[in-house]
Amino acid sequence: MLKAEINITLKRTVADPQGLTIKHALESLGYKDLADVRMGKLVIIKLNFKDKKRAQQQINQMCKKLLANPIIEDYHFKIKEE
Amino acid sequence: MKFGVVVFPGSNCDQDCFYVIKDVLKKPVRYIWHKDTDVDGLDCVILPGGFSYGDYLRTGAIARFSPVMKSIAGFARKGGTVIGICNGFQILLEAGLLPGVMLRNRYLHFVCKHVYVKTENNHTRFTSLYNTEQILKIPIAHNEGNYYIDAAGLKELRDNNQIVFRYCSATGEISDQFNPNGALDNIAGIMNKKGNVLGMMPHPERSSERELGSQDGYFIFRSILKWLKTQRTW
Repeated sequence: MLKAEINITLKRTVADPQGLTIKHALESLGYKDLADVRMGKLVIIKLNFKDKKRAQQQINQMCKKLLANPIIEDYHFKIKEE
Repeated sequence: MKFGVVVFPGSNCDQDCFYVIKDVLKKPVRYIWHKDTDVDGLDCVILPGGFSYGDYLRTGAIARFSPVMKSIAGFARKGGTVIGICNGFQILLEAGLLPGVMLRNRYLHFVCKHVYVKTENNHTRFTSLYNTEQILKIPIAHNEGNYYIDAAGLKELRDNNQIVFRYCSATGEISDQFNPNGALDNIAGIMNKKGNVLGMMPHPERSSERELGSQDGYFIFRSILKWLKTQRTW
């Protein structure tokens, strides 16, 4: 079985109000040395086959079609054997 | 003049829209379940507000793959009149029937209140009964109304007069102070280039009767009706 871990984050050029709020909260806890905080999503998908190349292709399609919105989001993923 | 109101799992303004068309506008209307693909015989399709699919992943991201959306895209391509309100607007964006995306509100709050918007373009089938730059008092209720588009996209919207409503003060001043959610350029509503698909965050169906504190939204439905009376949409 293969397991894909997909990270989806807002593009650098897009304001991230959640990240900013988390940054303020961390700063109020005393962590003053933060350059930037960005919030993202993690999607974990388990696949019923072992062909890594096919998995790469399919996950890439899934990201483009549904999981990420290319106007505002970047994605990257790792595929591992499980 | 037949209207259709789409019902997704999680829609919650569908009955309000239905009521306004049936009992206030007094025109025939039917619900369209999101798994239906039949939009034949309709002149105007309304995508109502709500939380389709629980707003999972991104607002509107899953609803755009509902079977009905293919029919609506075809309907829009042929020039049919489509209006997306709040979550309906978000779905139209995800479906690519309107340009841009919604981000979370600037201060991360769900904002539910009456705001003022200025009619930036009253030469549309949705706004012809408003005066130039008419200011509307109309409610909003959303968590993701922070409209975003890149610089080239914004220029295109402006060049083609696609920006229909912008958030403003009671006297029509447009500034950041009167922007409830951080939307780029105070944008509250836009249409496609062809002018037959409108998306707006404010709720005209919640401001269609005097008893509700404002009737300003009603004239969107009246404008559509006026337009439909003068020509067939497809």
